Amino acid sequence: MSTATDTRTSDAAPVIGGQLATFWLDGDLYGVEVAHVQEVLRSQSLTRVPLAPTAVAGLINLRGQVVTAIELRERLGRPPRPEDTDAVVIVVRLHGEAVSLLVDAIADVVDVDPADFEAPPDTLDGTARDLIRGAFKLDGQLLLALDVHKAVSA
Amino acid sequence: MDGLDDIVEEFLVESHENLDQLDTDLVALEQEPNSRERLSSIFRTIHTIKGTSGFLAFNRLEEVTHIGENMLSRLRDGALELTPARTSVLLRMVDTVRSLLTSIEATGGEGSVDVSAVVADISAAMEDGPAAAPAAEAPVAEVPVAEVPVVEAAVVEAPAAPAPKRTRKAPAAEPAEPTVEPVAAAPVLEVPAVEVPAVEAPVPVAAAAAEAAEPEHAPAADGGQARRAVADSTIRVDVDLLDELMLLVGELVLTRNQIVQYVGRSNDTDLVRASQRLNLIASELQEGVMKTRMQPIDHIWSKLPRVVRDLGIQCGKSVRLEMEGKDTELDKTLLEAVKDPLTHLVRNSVDHGIEAPDKRRAAGKPAEGVLTLRAKHESGQVVVEVADDGAGIDPAKIGAKAIERGLVTEAQLARMSPADVLQMIFLPGFSTAAAVTNVSGRGVGMDVVKTNIEAIGGTIEVESVAGTGTVCRLRIPLTLAIVPALTVECASDRYAIPQISLQELVSLDAEKAVNAVEEVGGAQVYRLRGELLPLVRLTDVLGITSERHDGHVVIAVLRSEGRRFGLVVDRVINTEEIVVKAVGGQLKAIGLYSGATVLGDGTVALILDVQALARRALRTESAERQEARVAAAVAAADTESQRERMLLASIGGGRRVAIPLDTVTRLEQVRTENVERVGNREVVQYRGAILPIVRLDRHLGAYGEADQEVLEVIVYSDHGRSVAIVVEEILDIVDGEAAIRSDIEDMGLLGSAVLGDKVTELLDVRAAILAADPAFYSAGSDFSTPQGVSSSLMEV
Repeated sequence: MSTATDTRTSDAAPVIGGQLATFWLDGDLYGVEVAHVQEVLRSQSLTRVPLAPTAVAGLINLRGQVVTAIELRERLGRPPRPEDTDAVVIVVRLHGEAVSLLVDAIADVVDVDPADFEAPPDTLDGTARDLIRGAFKLDGQLLLALDVHKAVSA
Repeated sequence: MDGLDDIVEEFLVESHENLDQLDTDLVALEQEPNSRERLSSIFRTIHTIKGTSGFLAFNRLEEVTHIGENMLSRLRDGALELTPARTSVLLRMVDTVRSLLTSIEATGGEGSVDVSAVVADISAAMEDGPAAAPAAEAPVAEVPVAEVPVVEAAVVEAPAAPAPKRTRKAPAAEPAEPTVEPVAAAPVLEVPAVEVPAVEAPVPVAAAAAEAAEPEHAPAADGGQARRAVADSTIRVDVDLLDELMLLVGELVLTRNQIVQYVGRSNDTDLVRASQRLNLIASELQEGVMKTRMQPIDHIWSKLPRVVRDLGIQCGKSVRLEMEGKDTELDKTLLEAVKDPLTHLVRNSVDHGIEAPDKRRAAGKPAEGVLTLRAKHESGQVVVEVADDGAGIDPAKIGAKAIERGLVTEAQLARMSPADVLQMIFLPGFSTAAAVTNVSGRGVGMDVVKTNIEAIGGTIEVESVAGTGTVCRLRIPLTLAIVPALTVECASDRYAIPQISLQELVSLDAEKAVNAVEEVGGAQVYRLRGELLPLVRLTDVLGITSERHDGHVVIAVLRSEGRRFGLVVDRVINTEEIVVKAVGGQLKAIGLYSGATVLGDGTVALILDVQALARRALRTESAERQEARVAAAVAAADTESQRERMLLASIGGGRRVAIPLDTVTRLEQVRTENVERVGNREVVQYRGAILPIVRLDRHLGAYGEADQEVLEVIVYSDHGRSVAIVVEEILDIVDGEAAIRSDIEDMGLLGSAVLGDKVTELLDVRAAILAADPAFYSAGSDFSTPQGVSSSLMEV
């Protein structure tokens, strides 16, 4: 499955290559390293956590494990998801701890070439800029590489 | 390589066990110095460690154990007598061995542990024995040290062979070799003349030892076999594996709960029967797996006789340690967590609790103090007591200290019961040790003990009778992984409350609730069998909106740190066993949830941290008492006709002001560090809004204590705007009509009156509020809807 380039997806590297699991969020295409992704789930029932940071959407029951769900729209400063649409849950595993990200829809796993990588567009604003490591210029579409570590440290 | 690592690991495990035994044996030996059996047991232990360490080439470890073994063999043979000094030296040897083992465990090598001092001490301790032992002999005993690895390895490998005599001579024949350890070698190399007799001297000893060992090796071997027999029936299991099993059983219990719930709605008798069996088996399995993690508390107690003995000698006190309920079992992780707090309590008792012998005699008590450790199971918890028959704790001293440390004010103290005063020893920054001793008084005191105990869901309390002793009582849950809990509903979410904090449940219907729940300055109280119970609404704490509008009040009476309070929830759902799951960092930081769990129906519920809840909702202990007093005063006043009631507060400099109670919305405490500045005004964030502050002492020109850590605050709200009036202390609530007024006017005052025998100034509340927020009244009338941001902010 995994290619040799996978090993290059280290956290510190500014330029990443290899495979990214991509998803849609408010009309934009984002990607996280495949290595971090544990699984993708349909919408789950959430238990809200009063007093938690706004980006914490709640807790989900992942086969008996309690996993924090981060609303990525909130985290990236995007408008809330329309009422009638369900979020898709991407479970990522970081430092042995599972955290889930709520996104609009899941897309393909994409092989990216570091040569297509560019720093975040200057038009990105504050919070989002911190969480985006850069963009891959795909055919007809920009793929924003999410810094998953920063994204979950809400 | 792996093979060797395994050997080292096994050696470490075995040695640690042996060392624990050694501590106990050595202390016991002091009581019966002539017990050959104990001496032999100690000798064997050291001998084993020495042998293996030689085999594994841990030279310094070997050096220490070797000289220790020398001394032990002489003690055993009666050549030396066991004195307390020698016991101490031997115990030090055990310590050194332990630190070497720790170093080996951590780094794989012996690290920088220095053994020369203890080696020298043991030598010295041997010297000052019978005069027959010449001074030269002791250092010489070190000669073989360098050699023995080979020897002992041989011995270990072929224990039956009567080899020692021969092999021991062999190294002596090659005196060129012992250059390994400079420490040991130095005295020896200088006196080659002495070496000859010296070499010969140990030989008889060694021979004697070997001979003595012969008959004893047999029992030793027997013992070994007996132990093996035990070892055959028990196996070492990796704790991680047990943890995993525990986790799985937890899941099983959850799944069972779900199935039992579903089946409850079914009519299929076979299915019902099967689910009942599942229910039973799961329970038994849970119990069984929990038992695998249970260890008798003796595991941690076994180290305490040594602690008590050493400390007793150090403090010049004679202390007898008694233990009751050694077999009481609790979860291994909890056991580990309790170890340090318990040791601290024991040290405290010896150091501070038990008096010096002459003092005890003067008090008509036996010179020997008794420290009693008790453990027992009590309603699903383990209760551990550390009791001494010492001087007890004097509440007056504690009170004085607390005032000195600025933890309470004198007035607050005066209102506290002696039992409550005692609990102040758990406050951070409290230590009654007059002088900082090696033992205690270093500032890390009872508050750390308390924090640690609370971290594992336990509680601690102290009881003391002056002159007769002190009891510290720990209540610890049996296990951490699965806890019985009450599930409640609040704003259509469910929360779990650990049963350990739950005392009772009170349900009031709407009609009753109207009268039974009384309001005091914005705070609600309920009279529970005549006692006032402060009420905390979970919805308020969590900042959510209750979905119960029928006026019913459901109160969970909770206990935290010796205080009771009532948590008002929407409804009580169930009691069930929950499996505690850790929550992520973001949620831990909130500080209100101790974890989360998955309920029977698969939904996630947050577990409320009752201690944190109490701290957050009840402000501080004294404040609660004030509230109770205020409540009492109000309750008393309530029965009479409605009169103008005044809140009395001091503002520093001995001045007291009275504030009409109807201008008091809430009493709060604000940490000074949370006070922020906006322009030249002070504000504090409060319930999601910005609250302007006026300090009455400055407003009225009094001089209060400049640097209080916590500000007592009276919050007044009107038309959605709030201001906070800072006073030094809330004193009481009085009936305004009894007052005699005069109209000496001053800035910010309406006049003064005699309230409760003291002249009290009547605060011009309007002026005070305007001082905090000049737009307060105009905003209230100008805008019909309250503004989110206070306009005082905009002015700046």
